[in-house]
Amino acid sequence: MLFKENVILALRSLKSNKMRAFLTMLGIIIGVSAVIAILTVGNSITKNVTSMMNGLGANDVFIAVQEKKNSTETEDEIKALKVDGLNFGKSSSSTKMQQSDYITTEMIYSMCEEFKDEIYAVNIYDQLGNADVAYEGKKAKNSVVGTSVGFYLSNSVDVVEGTMFSPSDFDEGKYTCLIPTYTAKRLFGKNYKDAIGQEITAETSYGDVLLTVIGVYKTNGRNGMMMQMGTSIHSTYVPLKTAMALDHSSGQYSFFQVSAKDGINPNSLKGKVKSFLEPYFRNNARYTVAVVTYENILNMFYKLLGMITLAISIIAGIALLVGGIGVMNIMLVSVTERTREIGTRKALGARNSSIRAQFIVEAVIICLIGGIIGVVFGILMGNVASYFLGYPADPSILGIVISLGVSSAVGLFFGYFPANKAARLNPIEALRYE
Amino acid sequence: MIMDNGLNPASENNKEYVIRLKDIVKKFYIGRPNELEILHGISMDVKRGEFVSIVGPSGSGKSTLMNVIGVLDKPTSGTYYLDGINVEEADEDELSDIRNQKIGFVFQTYNLISKTTALSNVELPMLYAGVSARKRRERAMELLSLVEMEDRAKHLPEELSGGQKQRVAIARAMANSPAIILADEPTGALDTKTGRLVMDIFHKLHKEQGITIVLITHSPELAKETERILPLRDGNIIYGGDSPDLSAV
Ligand SMILES: Nc1ncnc2c1ncn2[C@@H]1O[C@H](COP(=O)(O)OP(=O)(O)OP(=O)(O)O)[C@@H](O)[C@H]1O
Ligand SMILES: [Mg+2]
Repeated sequence: MLFKENVILALRSLKSNKMRAFLTMLGIIIGVSAVIAILTVGNSITKNVTSMMNGLGANDVFIAVQEKKNSTETEDEIKALKVDGLNFGKSSSSTKMQQSDYITTEMIYSMCEEFKDEIYAVNIYDQLGNADVAYEGKKAKNSVVGTSVGFYLSNSVDVVEGTMFSPSDFDEGKYTCLIPTYTAKRLFGKNYKDAIGQEITAETSYGDVLLTVIGVYKTNGRNGMMMQMGTSIHSTYVPLKTAMALDHSSGQYSFFQVSAKDGINPNSLKGKVKSFLEPYFRNNARYTVAVVTYENILNMFYKLLGMITLAISIIAGIALLVGGIGVMNIMLVSVTERTREIGTRKALGARNSSIRAQFIVEAVIICLIGGIIGVVFGILMGNVASYFLGYPADPSILGIVISLGVSSAVGLFFGYFPANKAARLNPIEALRYE
Repeated sequence: MIMDNGLNPASENNKEYVIRLKDIVKKFYIGRPNELEILHGISMDVKRGEFVSIVGPSGSGKSTLMNVIGVLDKPTSGTYYLDGINVEEADEDELSDIRNQKIGFVFQTYNLISKTTALSNVELPMLYAGVSARKRRERAMELLSLVEMEDRAKHLPEELSGGQKQRVAIARAMANSPAIILADEPTGALDTKTGRLVMDIFHKLHKEQGITIVLITHSPELAKETERILPLRDGNIIYGGDSPDLSAV
């Protein structure tokens, strides 16, 4: 089989010119490794977010205080979300929120009263921000979040070890906490049963707090809404009252969540909640409320995902194009250098197609090896990046297969022209070439 | 197969002849002001099993003629039957196959494929012929021992002397048992002693294997060793052919 001989020939030719081969591959290596790294990170984010999304109740409506962009955009918070992406519910750092900019307990109470036939539960959150959670020198990045009784009602989390907050935790504002499995594994190792009853330290921006672990939970998604850019998706929950005691807030919230009763259309509840709360912000020059449903968020997420995918594709395309041109260039050099060899092969009876195949295989091998090196580097980089982001790395198998396929295709495409040039050399001129 | 390509059994396809050239003209730069006629209507025959030499001064057209005989190049006009095949009618792939099956080239500059062992070099024509790996290896080793190079089978051309390279090249030329070996100044780059060795191999192949050989050389001494000399001057064969067209110029 000539194919096997061509592969051996190509490898031999690469081996005899290692530096050049490597430099030629560099474009492909960079392109593929960037793509694989991004895909690895993206994939792990997607899996995390998707698992959270899947847990998100289809009945849930999310309400957040949001800066007024301009009069038209605040009309349609989805439009605002498109611009603002994941900034939903996040107060801008440039303008500090005033007391009067928050949603108050009274507003929530009267809203619940108004729609008591439609609302099943209300979850109120008080975010204490990012904090290192530590136990015996081991640390994990978490966001610390105070949560309400509704948290319990709407089954936001699945407790896998220990127990859920008891009513007394909420009422008395005890220094207890629920930690996610991720954090439990980090602090207590694989067998995190021991975590229950232990005291951990949360290093919040309001000072270090000792918290007793009463439960370990598995994210099922409802808490996923708490994720914002720059905030860890791993949330350590404390009772709302505890959080409010820490940050000295007094019944003011920038964000809360409403679960519609079964049979109630969350989109119609969304409209009602919005028209109910908006009047409170009518005279507020800077802030208003934004209300979204699970469906809105899902669409937003897919939109974002689509944008990221597009960006990756463009990066990959450019890198592979540049890499491919490099391969074509070096193959042209190689053909010129080996003109006599080509002449000799033709004299010995090589058909044009054999010569063409020889050089195409060489180009494909260059690209494929570059692709493999790129995949290895990419997975490495993706793992490092995922580690620092705190997600489990998840290399995309499909991404790897496609990357290698595309690498080979680049070799085929950019190798064809030089290979054809070689195939069509006049044997006499090739033999006379000095 | 390529063998039944345009073949006319009645006249030109005489199994006695390996090469039949008739009125071969080769021009370069055709239709341009600097049009150049190098071969002016050459007719010559080579019988099966003959050892023939073509001699002539530099620039007389020896290599040009060899390229025509070796079907690396097509003549501008004239007819050429190689082993009974009318070469004119062959397309490019068929010409490749003819070179592969019928002709063994030996070049002045050896033209071994670099970074490729002597053995693989000898195997190459068989590779293009689609011979199985095992048979290739067997035959290549056989040929290498014929030229007394079997102990250098795994050596790269870069590690061989000129004479050794030429012996490997001869083994390679023999790979597919060609109808003819075409050697263009095979000793041109070698010293007298090494050249002698190479010539001895040709004689041995001719005597023991009955190979048809066309040797191109500008050395009258070497030419005298062959059975028949075809002197080439300014694109004409001036003596020695047995075709009636060959009147002296
Ligand atoms: N491809 C070509 N294009 C133009 N002219 C050519 C070409 N090939 C050969 N010639 C010319 O044809 C003439 C004969 O060349 P050729 O190589 O056949 O000579 P030769 O007899 O082999 O000489 P030497 O003994 O030096 O090898 C020369 O004048 C050469 O310049
Ligand atoms: Mg010559």
